Amino acid sequence: MKRIINEMKLRLPSRSENEGVARSAVSAFVAELNPTVEELGDLRLAVSEAVTNCVVHAYRDREEGAPAFIYISARIYDNKEVSVEISDNGCGIENVELARSPRYTTGEYGERCGMGFLIMENLCDLVTVKSRVGRGTTVLLRKYLSHGRCDE
Amino acid sequence: MENERVAFSHGEGRLVARICGEVDHHTARLLRERIDREAFLVRPRVLVIDLSAVGFMDSSGIALIIGRVEVAAEFGGVVQITGATQPVKKLIRLSGIERIQGLTVSP
Repeated sequence: MKRIINEMKLRLPSRSENEGVARSAVSAFVAELNPTVEELGDLRLAVSEAVTNCVVHAYRDREEGAPAFIYISARIYDNKEVSVEISDNGCGIENVELARSPRYTTGEYGERCGMGFLIMENLCDLVTVKSRVGRGTTVLLRKYLSHGRCDE
Repeated sequence: MENERVAFSHGEGRLVARICGEVDHHTARLLRERIDREAFLVRPRVLVIDLSAVGFMDSSGIALIIGRVEVAAEFGGVVQITGATQPVKKLIRLSGIERIQGLTVSP
């Protein structure tokens, strides 16, 4: 049985300035597991993609001044597993399968290239997306760091 | 500070845009505007995007590069990526943009 070593919860206003804050916070949080430079880079990148999706898409229909937050919940386990959940209470995704397909984007032309999920999937061991239209989206990223999953 | 995120030098048909810091959705907008302004002024044959001082880049940077290839094509130019660090190289490889016409990625 894996045990939780540490956990962190963050709530950030959905603003582009917080993309950097989110990935730095997660990166500092997982340092305890001694990830390699590459693993840390992978996590920073995956978190950045997920958080950017919230900033760009989740709250685009929200009225000016209405609350719009990104919730990040991260855990590290004694089997060197990292899980990061990124959620919002935004518009939700009508067709998750389509949204995950490479090159698909509803973002502003020239700003997004539709590669966010492709990148997350390539850098993490598991990516799950749960979404309800009008309620919000939750992306779960799971990554096993090197020498993880073995009995030490 | 904002102004120092990208530095330009040019000569012999080349315009070098040296980007400093992190490239994400937040910083990409300003970079895009500044690079385009300079590119349309100089209209280089080769627009070099130097990433040697970029410590972090996400898919917003990929969109930035793809967009600059389109911009350069407007005046018959091409884009060359130089100085990518290990993590940025990994992202570029994942994105498959090396196959785009009018773009070369230097090792």
